[in-house]
Amino acid sequence: MVEPILSVRDLRTQFFGPEGVVRAVDGVDFDVFEGRTLGVVGESGCGKSVTARSILRIVDRPGRVVGGSVMLRKADGSTVDLAGLTEEGMRDIRGPEIALVFQEPMASFSQHYTIGNQIMEGVRLHMGLDKHAARKRAIELLDMVGVPQPSRRIDEYPFQLSGGLRQRVMIAMALACDPRVLIADEPTTALDVTTQAQILDLLRQLQTERGLAIILITHDMGVIAEMAHDVSVMYLGRAVETGSVSDIFDRPQHPYTTALLRSIPTVMAKPRTRLPTIVGSIPHPFDRPAGCAFNPRCADMIAGVCDSAEPPPTNTGARQVRCFLHGGRP
Amino acid sequence: MIAFVTRRLLLGLLTTWLISVLSFAIIQLPPGDFVDAYIAQLASSGSAVSAEEARSLRELYGLGQPFYVQYGKWIARVVVGDFGESMEWRRPVIEVIGDRIWLTLALSFAALIVTWTLALPIGIYSAVRQYSLADYIFTFFGFIGIAVPNFLLALVIMYFAFTLLGASVGGLFSAEMTLAPWGWEKAWDLIKHLPLPAVILALAGTAQLVRIMRANLLDELRKPYVVTARAKGLSEMRTVLKYPVRAALNPFASNLAYQFPQLISGGIIISIVLGLPTVGPLLVKSLVAKDMFLAGTIVLLLGVLTVIGTFISDLVLMWVEPRLRHQLD
Ligand SMILES: Nc1ncnc2c1ncn2[C@@H]1O[C@H](COP(=O)(O)OP(=O)(O)O)[C@@H](O)[C@H]1O
Ligand SMILES: [Mg+2]
Repeated sequence: MVEPILSVRDLRTQFFGPEGVVRAVDGVDFDVFEGRTLGVVGESGCGKSVTARSILRIVDRPGRVVGGSVMLRKADGSTVDLAGLTEEGMRDIRGPEIALVFQEPMASFSQHYTIGNQIMEGVRLHMGLDKHAARKRAIELLDMVGVPQPSRRIDEYPFQLSGGLRQRVMIAMALACDPRVLIADEPTTALDVTTQAQILDLLRQLQTERGLAIILITHDMGVIAEMAHDVSVMYLGRAVETGSVSDIFDRPQHPYTTALLRSIPTVMAKPRTRLPTIVGSIPHPFDRPAGCAFNPRCADMIAGVCDSAEPPPTNTGARQVRCFLHGGRP
Repeated sequence: MIAFVTRRLLLGLLTTWLISVLSFAIIQLPPGDFVDAYIAQLASSGSAVSAEEARSLRELYGLGQPFYVQYGKWIARVVVGDFGESMEWRRPVIEVIGDRIWLTLALSFAALIVTWTLALPIGIYSAVRQYSLADYIFTFFGFIGIAVPNFLLALVIMYFAFTLLGASVGGLFSAEMTLAPWGWEKAWDLIKHLPLPAVILALAGTAQLVRIMRANLLDELRKPYVVTARAKGLSEMRTVLKYPVRAALNPFASNLAYQFPQLISGGIIISIVLGLPTVGPLLVKSLVAKDMFLAGTIVLLLGVLTVIGTFISDLVLMWVEPRLRHQLD
């Protein structure tokens, strides 16, 4: 059995605001493997971005990782728990081990420095290259992600680039220090469909070339179908179902997963029928329903069970689900 | 970009022209023409002006002719550095003003430096450590700084300096240096005397700028590019200083244009209270004495300095905002 490169267990992150505590991430488990893509999917606000930031421990105040472990297997085979690392130790992880690609390439770049400056910064910090060598590497990186005329583009500012190009540069910046895990947080949401396909192609190609482990965060089941090997479905800060793409798509177990899958448009659908949407709306983080958080929206809710106790994770092989319909009933 | 600079320069020239018209209007303000005023003034001090002399003066300034002719004659002289004669001092205006204009500039500049060196770190600290004890303390003193008029502060400080230290804090030079010719010694004397009035003058502006910096930086700190910088493994210090602080500097630059005139006018009151040899007290005295050439010239010079300050702040803004620079191309 292949060891995961990154193993997240019971990750919990909370925001301690003046109006109360928001449990943005409330028990997330998943494994990420070398050369494979884990898709993390869920409605907006379910804690996907906070999960990504929690792994790197860069959650904004007043947020804090309050529990769980993030085991990273290093290149030499040893493992470290990122949750227990010092801040200095953590800084050596950010970039050379795990890198992030963000949703909004425009807002995620500073408009005050050239893209070259922003790429070279990490290279110089982590790889100890001098200015000249760092510049050379930045040009190579830009070339690698398909930026035309990289030696000229390197001196441009982010606002001078198109959206697609900006996201390519963002990927180049993330790969600057040869990370082994890449977390892409909705990398194509802000892009048009054609550019979206190109960026996904690029990620796939880079994965094959470098054996990257990718965590692909998205709210789009279509992107998951196209890109992911494994899937983790999140609902209200919790991974409710995890498994391989074929398992999840062919035999979804959690009612939420089923509902999400029904909401993908297909070419086979009858024209002019409304796409089914999930009934109800996401509860406000402050009044999280008792029991299974999905129970008020669930068609198969078992009264007296789902609204009183939280379903524990049930494992079958590489597959995990948190639902009383599939075991764990008290 | 060159087009932008040129446009700003032209705008500056236009403003300067408007200021010069205004200054001349001030000169013309007293009833009657100013030769009448001049004669009256001289008569009151015991000397008389011959009819001949009065006529040649009227000739010189085109009095009795339309405003624009008079203005034309006046500005033609101003451009070559002849600002006319001070009636009260009976010396060329330019001699009366002398060093004062440079000392005004030195005081404003010193105040500006104090403002920035205080406001920048305090603003950054207050934003990064929002709601910390120090943040509350800075906020408290900030509101005092904004609310208390700085002449009052000057008086209070003078009082305490005098009663507690027995020191007189007025002036920009020690007694023995006031009339000394310029040299290193005198410059050093000035540098030693500048900080106190500069701090008093800078206080209100500093407090305002701290608020602005804090608010802007709080905004910037929440932006996605800060997360990007952290995700690269930069230290928190480096992240904050390189990215959000840089973005928050923009209002610093644009504030410069607004602050400069404030410093000039604030400086007038401070100078009167502290007895500083700037143009401020001279302006007030000249207005009281209806010494119009002197008053008009001071208004003109201060106006021109402000225009220059605004122009410089435009350049600074362009320098800190690459985006602006490129939009202009
Ligand atoms: N800075 C913050 N302050 C308070 N709460 C936050 C903050 N950032 C995120 N949250 C909370 O975390 C939840 C999950 O956010 P996020 O991970 O961004 O969702 P998404 O799945 O859309 O990426 C949000 O619903 C919000 O309540
Ligand atoms: Mg998100």
